[in-house]
Amino acid sequence: MDTKRVRIEGRGIVVRGNDIDTDRIIPARFLRTVTFEGLGDHAFEDDRIASTQSGAPHPFDQPRFAGARILLVNGNFGCGSSREHAPQALARWGAGIQAIVGVSFAEIFFGNCVALGIPCIRVSVTDIEALMQAVEGDPRLAVSVDVAKRTVGAGALTITAVIPDGPRQQFLEGIWDSTAELLTAKAEVLERASQLPYMRGYVQ
Amino acid sequence: MGKTLYEKVFERHAVRQLPSGQYQLLMGLHLVHEVTSPQAFQMLREQGLPILMPERTFATVDHIIPTKSQLRPFADSLAEQMLEHLEANVRDYGIRYFSPEDGSQGVVHVIGPELGLTQPGMTICCGDSHTSTHGAFGAIAFGIGTSQVRDVLATQCLAMDRLKVRRIEVHGSLGPGVYPKDVVLFIINRLGVQGGVGYAYEFAGEVFDRMDMEGRMTVCNMSIEGGARCGYVNPDTTTYQYLEGRQYCPQGKAWDAAVRDWDGIRSDPDAQYDDVVRFDAAEIEPMVTWGITPGQSTGVRGRIPSAESFAVDEQATVREAHRYMDFEPGQAILGTKIDVAFIGSCTNGRFSDFEEVARLVQRSGSKVAPHVRALIVPGSQSVRRALVDHGYDRVFTDAGFEFREAGCSMCLAMNPDKLQGREVCASSSNRNFKGRQGSPQGRTLLMSPAMVAAAAVRGEVADAREVFA
Repeated sequence: MDTKRVRIEGRGIVVRGNDIDTDRIIPARFLRTVTFEGLGDHAFEDDRIASTQSGAPHPFDQPRFAGARILLVNGNFGCGSSREHAPQALARWGAGIQAIVGVSFAEIFFGNCVALGIPCIRVSVTDIEALMQAVEGDPRLAVSVDVAKRTVGAGALTITAVIPDGPRQQFLEGIWDSTAELLTAKAEVLERASQLPYMRGYVQ
Repeated sequence: MGKTLYEKVFERHAVRQLPSGQYQLLMGLHLVHEVTSPQAFQMLREQGLPILMPERTFATVDHIIPTKSQLRPFADSLAEQMLEHLEANVRDYGIRYFSPEDGSQGVVHVIGPELGLTQPGMTICCGDSHTSTHGAFGAIAFGIGTSQVRDVLATQCLAMDRLKVRRIEVHGSLGPGVYPKDVVLFIINRLGVQGGVGYAYEFAGEVFDRMDMEGRMTVCNMSIEGGARCGYVNPDTTTYQYLEGRQYCPQGKAWDAAVRDWDGIRSDPDAQYDDVVRFDAAEIEPMVTWGITPGQSTGVRGRIPSAESFAVDEQATVREAHRYMDFEPGQAILGTKIDVAFIGSCTNGRFSDFEEVARLVQRSGSKVAPHVRALIVPGSQSVRRALVDHGYDRVFTDAGFEFREAGCSMCLAMNPDKLQGREVCASSSNRNFKGRQGSPQGRTLLMSPAMVAAAAVRGEVADAREVFA
């Protein structure tokens, strides 16, 4: 499997609103499971039910966004619980969300996305509005997230985006799965542990 | 130049810098529960990896456990299956498990401190965002996702960025009837729910110096609700008095050596901070949330703010909160009718939280309003036993509260304790997100345990200072 995430292209889907928490992305009752399988069907479930009842279907239920791979959001997306089930659900919804573009992301959510190879890339408030309007105006528009160039494109728009150097390097080199890398320093880990007062039982 | 506690602890545990620029950080304590761990153990099995330091991981069951009866098998077969997986994983990998059967079970962030597993100067992680709780002891403690749970099991390490440090000072004295919960809700209200992203919060000033350990835990617990992945208080004699003699704490000469070490990890007086903010304790009133984020709150005497009083970018969320909560701008929060009262959780499920409520209820001879369902859910079996030993269980049941078994319960409603329909819940927990307490239309008002008790008694949001005067 090619683990590099250099440039991701696909159709976009717009979920508007600041402070969308991980309970909304995947309600807690669906966490009663020992795998991540099947979570995609329940992404945003309660928001979707409420939207349907109000007569304005949630973007995840709108046929025009079917097959989307790039999620466009506002600020502080993914706040709240550390549940990795949230990005797992997004990655397993429909064709699978492969990149998220937003104004800002909660820290644990951002890290969980890195661990799954899903770049979360930041743009300004003005730029996300332009991108959202472009995608809502034409959901068939090809949206691109270029991790290498730090840009987001949609139709005629090319927008400068922010992704921290560390995760960017991980995506470009395809080393976002950290276990193997951390294990290479096992000897140094054991050495460091032997120096920590509490791991030595505070014996001098 | 001096250093902050965060810098000192981080440097002690940083094994090396990774090519990505992150650091490989050694973890001193890893706590595990049934919800975020099964997939991590499965990944280990698939990759044929052993656990590097099984003696540094401890497990319990909290999120899914029923609180009416902990008897097995659970009525919910999915919950039963999750616990069976946890039991198999701790057995297969040789992990110490604090079980309901041996009387040591509880919410992971309640039992860590009470067993003395949580100690100053440690790095602590758990697949749960409220791991920030343990920072109350001067540890660097934060929540992680399931892939990171796998990393810690396999390597005892995490790939982490170095955070900035914001010192939050609260000076002066808290007024009567103002609790640590009010302090942290006030701070989140002022700094915002994403104000802490990229920061560790250091809580300092007279209010925290005088605060007991359980209060410090309440404050650090909700750091994450302000966007800060971890929050801490420098260790002091209050910390040491709480820890001395606890099961997993060093003893004798080792204890003396530990205290000397812990004194040395405090932030230096000349430490440099990335940011410093100061608040006056006199400004803090008993707080109540009115919205769908923990930052949307007001003093109990306040009114629901209008959308226009917020920055343009926040107005849509405020209007959404008004709609969801069914509040009109300008309406007083006092008098808001409630259906359910919940006292418990990793935020406010400790002995002193319940003791305060028992004292207020007993002294005033109050009873729960007839239309209110009121739950007392101890944070651990140990807390529950202590409450029974003091006779507080009778105080609660005589006053009309249900006295339940230990667990996370209606904080996130993964067990049978759920709101129904559009019920309104006065809750001592940490999140008022849409649907958080188990009903997709359920509504949560966060407040201190004393304020929840006042709401339970009056059947509506009330000022505990008056109700229990």
